[in-house]
Amino acid sequence: MNYQAVKSIYVSEMMRAIRTITQSLISPVLSTSLYFVVFGTAIGSRMDAIDGVEYGLFIVPGLIMLSVLAQSISNASFGIYFPKFIGSIYEIHTAPISAIEILIGYVGAAASKSMFIGIVTLITANLFVPLHIEHPIAMFSFLILTCVGFSLFGFIIGLWAKNFEQLSLIPLLVITPLVFLGGSFYSISMLPPFWQNVSFFNPVVYLVSGFRWSFFGVGDMPISTSLIAIAIFIGICAAIITWTFRTGYKIKE
Amino acid sequence: MLKISNLTKSYDNGFTALKNIDLEVESGEIFALLGPNGAGKTTLISIICGMVNPTSGSVKVGGYDILSDYRKARSLIGLVPQEITLEPFLTVVNSLKFSRGLFGKKPDLKLMEDILKKLSLWDKRNDKTVTLSGGMKRRLLIAKALYHEPRILFLDEPTAGVDVELRKDMWDLVAQLKADGVTIILTTHYIEEAEAIADRVGIIRDGELLMVENKATLVERLGKRQLTVQLVDPLKKLPDYLQALDLVLEAKTGDLIYTYEADGKRTGIANLFSTLSDNGIIIRDVQTSQSSLEDIMIDMLGDKI
Repeated sequence: MNYQAVKSIYVSEMMRAIRTITQSLISPVLSTSLYFVVFGTAIGSRMDAIDGVEYGLFIVPGLIMLSVLAQSISNASFGIYFPKFIGSIYEIHTAPISAIEILIGYVGAAASKSMFIGIVTLITANLFVPLHIEHPIAMFSFLILTCVGFSLFGFIIGLWAKNFEQLSLIPLLVITPLVFLGGSFYSISMLPPFWQNVSFFNPVVYLVSGFRWSFFGVGDMPISTSLIAIAIFIGICAAIITWTFRTGYKIKE
Repeated sequence: MLKISNLTKSYDNGFTALKNIDLEVESGEIFALLGPNGAGKTTLISIICGMVNPTSGSVKVGGYDILSDYRKARSLIGLVPQEITLEPFLTVVNSLKFSRGLFGKKPDLKLMEDILKKLSLWDKRNDKTVTLSGGMKRRLLIAKALYHEPRILFLDEPTAGVDVELRKDMWDLVAQLKADGVTIILTTHYIEEAEAIADRVGIIRDGELLMVENKATLVERLGKRQLTVQLVDPLKKLPDYLQALDLVLEAKTGDLIYTYEADGKRTGIANLFSTLSDNGIIIRDVQTSQSSLEDIMIDMLGDKI
């Protein structure tokens, strides 16, 4: 294992995050605050508690997931796409490093950044509503698994993207609907039966449900189901990346 | 140091970029790969360095296969790419640390200082790469390639578009590296570059390695020599007895120009001189000139150069 190479990639990626720390922080703090103003205060005050949880509190796990998912994908996809775009990827290709080391470096950094943003969002939410986390270890575990899973997904987008348009299109077209229809702002049980069934195909539903369970002890589905779902998602992403590196598809000529 | 056997690279669209390349480069040698644009020079380097997958054949660097033993093979290699491809917002120092780190090595500040001073970049060490001039960026690419102490350095068109001073600096650097025992492989279409610094030259065209030869031998073997004969009384017209000798009469000066093969067993010079002497033509001076690599390339590649 070339640990020094992993460290080099990780440190270099984290330095990029530090260079843009202001925008990295302002964006999630601002958007979380806006969601609370609109959904938490304006709309939430007129809504009943869901599963015994006040609406302002109910949306917190979903909001954290929203920013963590978006950040994981954009960090990881940009992290690998940018050197491809400017051509400096040649350094990675010509160095004595394996695919797994490249992956740990880039995905590790992207996941760390989004983990940080997730915690910032959590702190921001705490300013609006008094938070009590019922299962803190489970909450952090879910956060880490989500950051890793969606950073892997972002890495695939970054590897496959041919231009900046594709880089932003997939998050916009795929992730935004999945997140909004993933139970971030409502419980799946509030939907008509048909849409409940459709929701079961949405991986974000399992994430938000598991994450919400770690906060309040209640979720749309059992915690074990959520864990299996995120494990399958990570497994699929890892398999695609392994195949991509093995064949050199979209990486090497 | 480098052994390429039967290397071929074909693409899905049927285009074959490299055809059965065989090449060996000794340790400490400077090898220049010459050829027109699109000949396959960069593809060859890209395969050796790990950026492009070969279709068939094998490449060994320092005895290590580039695919099955890629870690050991690549750790010996340094690459200076043709295009300027630098992370714009890293400082010079951090850019170097990143490169060395990828090769599994911790920063060596003394070595970094040496390299940066040698490449006149020491004063710019804390500047972001985006602020550097084109020439400095190219120097930085070299510094990055050298910082992990490679034993074989690939320079892909190192002096394309650089000024005369930087070109000279690069040639000096190559000479220094050679003295340190580093093997250097450079691609170029500047013939004078190969002529100035290479020990051996390979000529590549349409993916085929047409010839690999010691530079001096190549010039000697393929080169033509020209003999210019100045006469005391310049001729206005070529007399009949000289017509058979394949001479050209220089219209302006009245000099006789005689072209012959450098490696020919019989050059015909003695015959020329005796014919002139027999006909009472007195020679004032003679000059010979040898064709350069450029002439040879034009001969071999025609108008593709």
